[in-house]
Amino acid sequence: MSVLAQSPLDRWTLPPGRSYEAVNELVTAPLLERKTFRWTAWWIAFAISVALTLMMLVSAGWLLIEGVGVWGNNTTVVWGFAIANYVWWIGIGNAGTLISSMLLLMRQRWRASVNRFAEAMTIFAASIAGLFPIMHLGRPMYFYWLVPYPNTMTVWPQWRSALIWDFWAILSYLLFSIIFWYVGLIPDLATLRDRAQSKAPRAIYGALSLGWRGSARHWHYYEIYHLAMAALAVPLVVSLHSVVGLDFAASLMPGWEETIFPPYFVVGAMYSGFALVVVLTAAVRWGYSLQAIITVEHFDVMAKIMLAAAIIMGLSYASEWFAAWYGGETQDRSLVVFMFTGTYAPMMWALLCCNVIIPQAFWFRPVRRSVTAVFIIAVIINIGMWLERILIVWNTLSHGFLPSMRRSFFPTVWDWTLLFGSLGFFMFLFLIFCRAVPTVSMHETKHLVHEEKAA
Amino acid sequence: MSTVLIAEFTDADALYGAAREGRSAGDRILDAFSPFPVDGMAELIGATTTRLRLVMAIGGLAIAALMLGTEYFSAMLDYPINSGGRPLNSWPAFMLPPFAVGILGAAVAGFIALMWETGLPRLHHPLFAIEGFEQASQSRFLLALAPLDESTVARARARLREGGAVTIREVAR
Repeated sequence: MSVLAQSPLDRWTLPPGRSYEAVNELVTAPLLERKTFRWTAWWIAFAISVALTLMMLVSAGWLLIEGVGVWGNNTTVVWGFAIANYVWWIGIGNAGTLISSMLLLMRQRWRASVNRFAEAMTIFAASIAGLFPIMHLGRPMYFYWLVPYPNTMTVWPQWRSALIWDFWAILSYLLFSIIFWYVGLIPDLATLRDRAQSKAPRAIYGALSLGWRGSARHWHYYEIYHLAMAALAVPLVVSLHSVVGLDFAASLMPGWEETIFPPYFVVGAMYSGFALVVVLTAAVRWGYSLQAIITVEHFDVMAKIMLAAAIIMGLSYASEWFAAWYGGETQDRSLVVFMFTGTYAPMMWALLCCNVIIPQAFWFRPVRRSVTAVFIIAVIINIGMWLERILIVWNTLSHGFLPSMRRSFFPTVWDWTLLFGSLGFFMFLFLIFCRAVPTVSMHETKHLVHEEKAA
Repeated sequence: MSTVLIAEFTDADALYGAAREGRSAGDRILDAFSPFPVDGMAELIGATTTRLRLVMAIGGLAIAALMLGTEYFSAMLDYPINSGGRPLNSWPAFMLPPFAVGILGAAVAGFIALMWETGLPRLHHPLFAIEGFEQASQSRFLLALAPLDESTVARARARLREGGAVTIREVAR
């Protein structure tokens, strides 16, 4: 008997969404009856996202023409924005899998209404993340040297390098996520095929649904495969961000060379990703009027997860400082002092506020049940997590072993345009997703409706 | 030529109940079509064992072995290079790529196995011609059952009605 079965079960849907047809109607209407739907907000957001995407293209183009010198990177802080953005985006790219697999394995039924766009978020964020290391290469046209292929130079990749691990981890994760997402989408595409009134949508959704008939045989194999994929996704996602952590931890730099880095990065990734899922949940819920199937309870439960993550993050920071003090290494200790008193100290305090202190508001039920409050805190957490990523790079590199080499990082306009451009590009991809496929998993939500009815 | 009855239900429990009763009365449960998986239905139509997970395991391990083999070959045989005095076969450091691509390999192998087991992609199927079949992906639950012989058809129909079927269609097979 699961905990959920004992609690009042009609928690995750509201009466207007409590029939199969209501779920179908809520989710498919924007896709199939486009004319009856108001798209004003969508078009405004789309225009903004296109403008920002163009900005990203210009910024990336200028970078490719001129080289990494257009950024604020210098010979001391060699990683700058690019690697911090990469870590931040890949972190966001983790949460979709967290929601769809960990929560599936934990039998958290409420995930049904949020997992679809969380998975889409994963795919887009991981793709964007992958661009940053390539752009940071200096000679990005040779990025394919990461691939082991018999070449005229008769050399092979250096398998001991964390960059190579990154390459394989991101590539595998991205392709895996696409398969996982697509398989979960097939039954819903079949629903769209069967509901479509006009020819073109029926043909397109029909082809994409591969002829799914919803037969008991189909569902049986589907469930086995889906569950096996979920079980595989968890170690994959943990290894992915651990590898990102190893990019730092496998070095010899103070503040990076720490065994806590891989798990600490994984938790941070889940944290920022969850925060973005909350932001997107609020947006999708408002934009498509899905209040009946994405309820305040969803925000409540996600706020609890963020609260737990905030506490773990706080403990991780504290254990870092403790290890520096307890280890007694002069370099490590002076780095911690630099964090709190050096060039970037205000950002450090802002980070602690955003990631550890402000989310404590989630202890209070009225805060967790206010969509606006949860939304605002989620945005703050994302800013805080970005500050964390950037400070991990800046602090250590600005405060290395050789005092004469110490320099600060000052971002240029191209650093900012690329960062905000990448956000716009994400928005662009997400908005297209919202108009092309069902944003909520209909078959899982209907299953949920059925179970709530049975109780 | 045997008769196949396609009964339409409005909920999963009615579908399952009718299928179980039908089976105990001697009818053959051919298949069921529903908008979401119905617990226990797969056993009733006899889809219990599958090699899908085995295929995934073999596919994953094979791809992981291939990756590790590539690493071993390149680092030991084809391009041995002394990197800071580390052993040429630094297998612990080599483990990450095989792990990641192994999981991807399992996913791809599993997807192929899923397509094989379900017979997809198959864009057209005679079932789609049945009136009301498009409801099976939306909000109705269809049960396809073959009565034991022609004499039991009427009894099967009555039983389905009693079990809550909204419509019952007869199709020839």
